[in-house]
Amino acid sequence: MNDQRTPLLSVRDLKTYFFQDEGTVKAVDGASFDVARGQTLGIVGESGCGKSVTARSILRIVEAPGRIVGGQILWYDAKGQPTDLTQLDPDGHQMRSLRGREIGLIFQEPMTSFSPVHTVGNQIIEAIRLHMGVSKAEARRRAIEALRQVGIPQPERRIDDYAFQLSGGLRQRAMIAVALSCDPRLLIADEPTTALDVTTQAQILDLLRELQQQRGMAIMLITHNLGVVAEMCDDVVVMYLGRVVEVGSVDAIFHQAKHPYTRALLRSIPAITTPPRVKLHTITGSIPHPYNRPSGCPFHPRCPERLRGLCEVAEPALRAVGNGQSVSCFLYENRA
Amino acid sequence: MKATQDQLLLEVKNLRKFFPIRRGFLQRIVGQVRAVDDVSFFIRPGETFSLVGESGCGKTTTSRCILRAVRPTSGQILFRTGDGRVVDVAALSADELKPLRREMQMIFQDPFSSLNPRMTLLDIVGEPLLVNGMTDRAARTERVAELLKLVGLRPEYMRRFPHAFSGGQRQRIGIARALALHPRLVVADEPVSALDVSVQAQILNLMLDLQSELGLTYLFVAHDLSVVKHISERVAVMYVGRLVEMAPTQDLFYTPKHPYTEALLSAVPKPDPRLRSKRIVLQGSVADPANPPSGCYFHPRCRYAADICSRATPTLVELEPGHFVACHRAAELKLTGVV
Repeated sequence: MNDQRTPLLSVRDLKTYFFQDEGTVKAVDGASFDVARGQTLGIVGESGCGKSVTARSILRIVEAPGRIVGGQILWYDAKGQPTDLTQLDPDGHQMRSLRGREIGLIFQEPMTSFSPVHTVGNQIIEAIRLHMGVSKAEARRRAIEALRQVGIPQPERRIDDYAFQLSGGLRQRAMIAVALSCDPRLLIADEPTTALDVTTQAQILDLLRELQQQRGMAIMLITHNLGVVAEMCDDVVVMYLGRVVEVGSVDAIFHQAKHPYTRALLRSIPAITTPPRVKLHTITGSIPHPYNRPSGCPFHPRCPERLRGLCEVAEPALRAVGNGQSVSCFLYENRA
Repeated sequence: MKATQDQLLLEVKNLRKFFPIRRGFLQRIVGQVRAVDDVSFFIRPGETFSLVGESGCGKTTTSRCILRAVRPTSGQILFRTGDGRVVDVAALSADELKPLRREMQMIFQDPFSSLNPRMTLLDIVGEPLLVNGMTDRAARTERVAELLKLVGLRPEYMRRFPHAFSGGQRQRIGIARALALHPRLVVADEPVSALDVSVQAQILNLMLDLQSELGLTYLFVAHDLSVVKHISERVAVMYVGRLVEMAPTQDLFYTPKHPYTEALLSAVPKPDPRLRSKRIVLQGSVADPANPPSGCYFHPRCRYAADICSRATPTLVELEPGHFVACHRAAELKLTGVV
């Protein structure tokens, strides 16, 4: 999609499977998308769609028994040279210098992602010293600066606090400070506001937008909240059961959605702008258990528009349908 | 608060719940967390009344006081029982509460931890029936089958265990259990917040259907304003243990009267990129209920705050019929609702 923009990251046919005694879970099964420089890409989907595993695959922190079994993750450095991250040793020098330095990560749960026995400051200083090779005093100065930038009041004092001494919103700001302390070119934010209240969420989203404008970094925003996607993103990837079902600009996804799943998802959410106490459209059934993945198109058992004899046997490929939008659905294939 | 006395199902008057803060070797009480501080509202039979607010605002504590899961510090909770008496739930002893328990039931937030994994659906849904004297196994099985059908589950599933069901199906089981004893009031504390969006819609539709079918009254506790707007007839907004605004849903969402409600509505991301707008971003964080600010608790974050706001605590007044607000400047402010 969008060839005129140079991508920063290009994920091609990524497959990450978890091999367990009960069977293989295909958490990510052939995902492809691009993250453009300085843009915000939203990855949306419900639980089990593989959005978090995709992020972990990019950072090469997929835990055993999970493994990347196929595909490419191309990272373009400042000169535009691609490196395939799937070929790197996850614990090797090259990957470690990317992780945290070039690609920052914000987790969903700010409480559990900080160490409870180190001060917040020490955890930021550690990241800065590791990646930037500066003195302790310089790292501390930069850490205070990072905390100030994310809007933490009195950063000189707060730097010596432990994570439990901060409120949820401040903790998430500190998390962002860690992720941004080394000035990454890509920030992966995995449900960054899910654990927060709406007013705090609004603060954090504004902060992310502001920092992005200042630094020109790209953001990959992983969320199930379509409201957050509509507010924040330039482009959107919709995932279902490990597969990308639709990709497009945020306006196309919200106003000209093609895939039956995207359309059903948009219809089923109660929005603050819709009238009260009317029936919501629903998607029948529920998300299948990962061990009982349906054959063919993974959405076919719940799809109101399925084509009998086709959708349950064959898997549709992601196809461009114009306007930078791609969809993986047989309804849009030219069947001769 | 005027509303004809004899029509109300529940009337909460000046409810307070303080939790002591204990410190030191002797565990002396050094302070109070004012979780619920002088809250008054009423619920009419057959309606859905929602309490909304951010974490720590006291909405869950309020609902737990009504169910008497915790004993209120002071105040009255007047509940009209099935035989027409009005009792003060806050003052009852454990024995006196027992017959009342069947009239108030709860739907829980987390469908994964609120069902015993070692009990079959028959046991889970049948337990309230058994406890309340339905000892005939055949009759109980029949009633459980009926309840499962009511919430859209197949009665053949009743011998299965909860692990065989998805989150949405489990929430249906929880609803069936809550409805087993024909409750007059159903308290639903964040019943859809743990569910996927596509499943949320199913459960919200089910709750609306059951309400019109069975004439249920819901007290709905939630933080998601979109969900609250969808399901409620009247909404009350809480901030640091106090009610700041209470109104019919349309009025509250389209013509809010309290600056906090305005900020809350503006903060909700709208699922349409064409509606991106400048939001009101509140500065600072929610006040500490153990050490609240003087005057109106919201004044340090309020962009309309005047002198009086830091000195006097505003009371909840009925500004328009049915529209209550606790703000010194409510009458003069022109606030923006959902656009």
